[in-house]
Formats: sequence, C-alpha cells, structure tokens
Amino acid sequence: MHPSPEKQRDMLRQMQTIRRFEERASADFRSGAIYGVVHSYIGEEAVAVGVCAALNREDQIISTHRGHGHCIAKGADLNRMMAELYGREAGYCKGKGGSMHIADFGIGMLGANGIVAGGIPIVTGAGLAAQLEGKGRVAVSFFGDGASNAGPFHESINIAGAWKLPMLYVCENNMYAVQTPAAKSLAFKDVAARAAGYGIPGVIVDGNDVLAVYEAAVEAVARARAGDGPTLIECKTYRWRAHTERPAQPDYRPPEEIEAWKKKDPIPRLVRHLKQQQGQFSDEEWQELDKQVLKALEDSVTFAKASPFPATDAALEDVYAD
Amino acid sequence: MGSGQAMRRITYDQAGMEAVAEEMRREPKSFHLGTDAPPALLKEFGAQRVRATPIAESALTGIAVGAAGSGFRPIVNWSQVTFCFVAMDQIVNQAAKIHYMFGGQVTFPILFRASVGGGTRRAAQHSQSPYSMFMNVAGLKIILPSTPYDMKGLLKSAMRDDNPVISFESGRLGALEGEVPEDDYTIPLGKADIKRAGSDVTIVALAWLVHEALAAADSLAKEGISAEVIDPRSLVPLDADTIRASVRKTGRLVIADEAGPTAGASAEIAALVAEDPETFSCLKAPVKRVCALQVPIPYSPGLEDHVFPDRKKISAGARFVVRRVPVDGGRT
Ligand SMILES: Cc1ncc(C[n+]2csc(CCOP(=O)(O)OP(=O)(O)O)c2C)c(N)n1
Ligand SMILES: [Mg+2]
Repeated sequence: MHPSPEKQRDMLRQMQTIRRFEERASADFRSGAIYGVVHSYIGEEAVAVGVCAALNREDQIISTHRGHGHCIAKGADLNRMMAELYGREAGYCKGKGGSMHIADFGIGMLGANGIVAGGIPIVTGAGLAAQLEGKGRVAVSFFGDGASNAGPFHESINIAGAWKLPMLYVCENNMYAVQTPAAKSLAFKDVAARAAGYGIPGVIVDGNDVLAVYEAAVEAVARARAGDGPTLIECKTYRWRAHTERPAQPDYRPPEEIEAWKKKDPIPRLVRHLKQQQGQFSDEEWQELDKQVLKALEDSVTFAKASPFPATDAALEDVYAD
Repeated sequence: MGSGQAMRRITYDQAGMEAVAEEMRREPKSFHLGTDAPPALLKEFGAQRVRATPIAESALTGIAVGAAGSGFRPIVNWSQVTFCFVAMDQIVNQAAKIHYMFGGQVTFPILFRASVGGGTRRAAQHSQSPYSMFMNVAGLKIILPSTPYDMKGLLKSAMRDDNPVISFESGRLGALEGEVPEDDYTIPLGKADIKRAGSDVTIVALAWLVHEALAAADSLAKEGISAEVIDPRSLVPLDADTIRASVRKTGRLVIADEAGPTAGASAEIAALVAEDPETFSCLKAPVKRVCALQVPIPYSPGLEDHVFPDRKKISAGARFVVRRVPVDGGRT
C-alpha cells in the first residue's frame, strides 16, 4: 500500500534535501571548506529515505562511509551535520569526526563508519538490545555490496537469524566497491539470495523507487516487531559520482552506464508519481519545495561558518568517559 | 649510495611501484593481492598475478599465508593500515607464528604493505601509526621507509626475505621526490641510516618525521646546536648499534614519532639506549620523546595539527635536552 500523499511529499523533501546537501558538500569540499574525504550519496537517496520512512524515531540505524543520506533520512539536524563537515565545535561530533563519522544517538543514528562492514555487528548489538528490552524497537543496518563480502556481515546476519533479532539488513547494491564491479566479487549476482543460507527472507527491490523500498521496509519492520526475526533487503541502485570527491579520484565505470542510471533518477520519479497518481502536486509546489530545501541548506552553511573551530585542548577530551 | 651510478628523481610512491614490478619480473612465483589492482601492475602482469579481491582482508591475508606456505611469494597491499585490523587473527596468530610453531618446516615469504600516518583530515580510523602493535609480535619483520631510495631498496629486500615483512609507508610522503638509482640495489633490513651527522644531540626520527627532524636540524644549527638525525628504516630488526653509537657521541637523545608514546617504537628505542651500560653512562640529559598526543586522531585541522609532532616540537625537544629550555607548558 502506498503511503499518504503527505508522507510522499515528506519523502520527496528528504530525498531532495539529501541531493542538495550532497551537491553542497561536494562544492565546499572542492573549495577547501570541508576537509579530508567526502563520499557522495547522489543517486541512492531512495534507499535511505524509503527505509527510514518505515521507522519510528526510537528505531535505530547504522551507516557506512557514505553516510550523509542516512543521517538526513533519520531526521538529523542539517546545521549540526554541516558544522561537523566544516570541522566546527557545534558539529555533531564537536569537529572530531567529519564526513565519515556523523552520529546522532538521540535519533537512533548510530554513526557513519570508515571501516567497510564495521557497523554491521554494532547495529546487530542494537538489535539484541531492542529484543532484550521488548518494546518493539527495530534496528537497521545499511551497507554496500562490497561490505556484503566481508566476514562481519556473514557473522552478524547468521546470529541475527539464529536469535530472531528484530533487524533489517539493507544492502545498497550500487554495483561497485570503489573500482571493483560487484560481478567480479560475487559469483552470484544477487546479495539477497544469501539470505536463504541464513534461514531468513531475502528481498530484491528497485532501489531507485522510493515507494518500492518503503513497502519492502514496512513488511520487514512488521516481521521484526512481531518477533519473526531479520530480513535482508537488497536495493539495486547506483552512485552517480566517483567513489569519493577527491579531485584525482579515477572512475573507470562506462559513461553510458552512468548516463543510463541518471535517467532512473529516483527524485523526478516520485515527482511524476505524485503528479500522476495523486493529481495534486503542481510544478509550483515542487519549485517551492526545492526553494525551501535550498534555504535550509544555506542556513546550515551559515550556522556552520558562525561556529568556532574547537579549542586545541579539546583534542584531549572524550578519550575516556569521566 | 654508490657513486657513479646513474640516478633519476622519482617519488616515494613510484619507488614502491617500481620495486614491486621489478621483483615480480624477477620472481615468477610472486603475485599481488589487494582490494584494488594497481593499473600499471595489472597491465604488465595480468589478472592472474594481480588480483583485485573482494573487501575481505582477513581472507586475503590468510590466502597469502597459505600460498606462501605452498611455494609462492605473495605481495599483499592492505592499502591503509586500518583495513588490516580486520585481519588481525591471520596476521598475529597465523602469519607471525606459523613458521616457529610448525618447527620451521616451510617458509612463509610475504610482503604486506600498508600506508600509515595522519595529516589527511580523515579522522581517527584513517589516521593511525600502529607499528609498535606489530613490533610486539615475534615472527614479523617491519620496515618504515622515509625516502624514495629507502622505499625501493627496503621493499626489494623485503620481497627477497623468507619471512612475513610488513612495510609501513607514510601517506604524507607519497609525492616526495628523491634520487633513486637506475640499476638494481637493495638495502638490508636492520641497518639504520644517518641522515645527517651532528655532535650535540641525536634525533632518532621515524618515517615522515625524518624530514621534520632534518628541517629542525637546519634551524637548530643556526642556534649553534649540532643535531645528528638517524632514521632506523627498519623497526624489526632494529639497529640498536648505530643508535647507541650516536648517543655515546652526542650524549643526548630525542626520539620523534608520529605515533603516541605509550609502548611505542619510541619507548623501545629509549629502552635500548638506557639499558646498555656503556651508552647509559654517556647520557648527559634525560631522553626526550616527541610523539603524538595519546589520543585517537581528530578531524578538525586545528585539532589534528595540535596532536602531531612537527619540526618545531622536535626543535623544542632538542633545546630541552641540550640547554634545558622547558618545552611548552611542560607538554609536547
Ligand atoms: C575493511 C575495509 N577495507 C577497505 C576499505 C576501503 N574502502 C572504503 S569504501 C570501499 C568500498 C565499499 O564498497 P561498498 O560496500 O559497495 O560501498 P559503496 O562505496 O559502494 O557505497 C573500500 C574498499 C575500508 N574502508 N574498510
Ligand atoms: Mg557498492
């Protein structure tokens, strides 16, 4: 069942916020205001938004190195996100984490992670905590096709299956791990097929169709809350940009392939759907929505720039809890 | 460096690539594993010998151990050192111990390469210099090149060695250019290099900090302090003789390391000097370590720069041991 038109509009706003956030992050990375490394989520917005739209605030997620989209979809504050990218005191991690390490435990966002598959066991622990508490909370692991070949994925999903943990394992299959095509790393094309070996359902969805992702997530969340255990959801999608935003980053993917996927842009797809199916979303409303999104982003940059850099002594704080 | 040899300037990264390519040409039993296949190697040696693996460092490390024990000479690139932590069992329990534990029946010649260090604004997980963790594991040899010349010569020795050797390579030095001979040469593991001679203080510096120490030595010279800069180049085996001889001459020791001080390579070097009676009796000042603060590396540039040692902190350390000028707030 499709979500209400209001909910669809929220989902559209979130996808567009991610898109605009990523555009800004890339630009400000190139200009030198953001440091280190930035991994862009452009093209994959429907996965984070479709899944998080099926969750409550108390539910928990964990992210990857490509984490901005998951933060935004779970409801993170753009100001504190941008301030973190700018390395400022008001950032989510007081300027200690940067792009690869944004977390907001208050909204159940357990962090982006620089280690491929590093987050999967941790969020499985959140799933165990949810099961022990028995309040119906679920936990969601986002990870890439590359991560699905790493030991921690297999160890975690096996345990979650055996213990019937209230989990969603959401594979963002964008067909590449840096330069390596998934086809060279997996002997069988579908990550979801692995679920059978762990005795849990495995579902394949079009990761560029936010409503399809949402529906798969709703079903998996219901299963998890009912105590029936985890589901593996594989979202077939694509990243538009190179692996990172580094200027010298090579990208050996065929240009035709990139162009073909750009035609499957999840955002206009939902706009079309809203217009056609609901007949109640006009071009003016769409333009207005985008304007608001851009304004919110501009505000976040203003906020970030107004925040001071951390004092050097802060380097010694938070190594241990007091 | 032998005189009369034809030299040219190449970068630290190029020197590493050349060393691997030349040894792969010499040794048909060698092959290359990593989550990325370096394009130049792939082009020359093909996909059979230059393999892009799935992101599965534990498996690929263990695969190297198994292939080595079966007569091959694998070269493993973990990329950044942080990614090898998921392979710790294969490194610590398997690669390091297998030759000893099985009574030396067969050898396990493997080169592991990993970049280390910070300065890239990539925060805690991607800014680490954990070589002392591996120094603590008997059975592994460890090299730490600081120049293109050392990179190539040490890597070649490492690939001809019959043991697992880990090469920790400073990410900060990738683009550094230096003179490298056209012809084949090697640098023995366990031989330190005196990068600059001096008489008032010995500065033992590691990796990137060799260059910071040389810069510090330049400015110290203007203040009338003559610093000798020693680059150990390999941490296991560690050339205690060269370091001790220098300290016996200068009577003072500063150790500069991009890692934190706790149980670090700097601690080992200090102990090797202090426990040698003859060297100990020559010390005119306490040993001074100039290391990173003992914290995970933060992202924000001002914080990151504050955490790491640099030429100024090395100079301050040298002034302290030579003239007892107190170091900033008592903390380095
Ligand atoms: C354990 C580990 N090995 C290697 C890396 C380097 N690395 C960073 S991202 C990445 C590719 C990840 O691919 P995938 O899981 O498909 O995610 P995507 O980047 O496609 O979103 C690699 C190899 C890492 N961060 N961690
Ligand atoms: Mg991928």
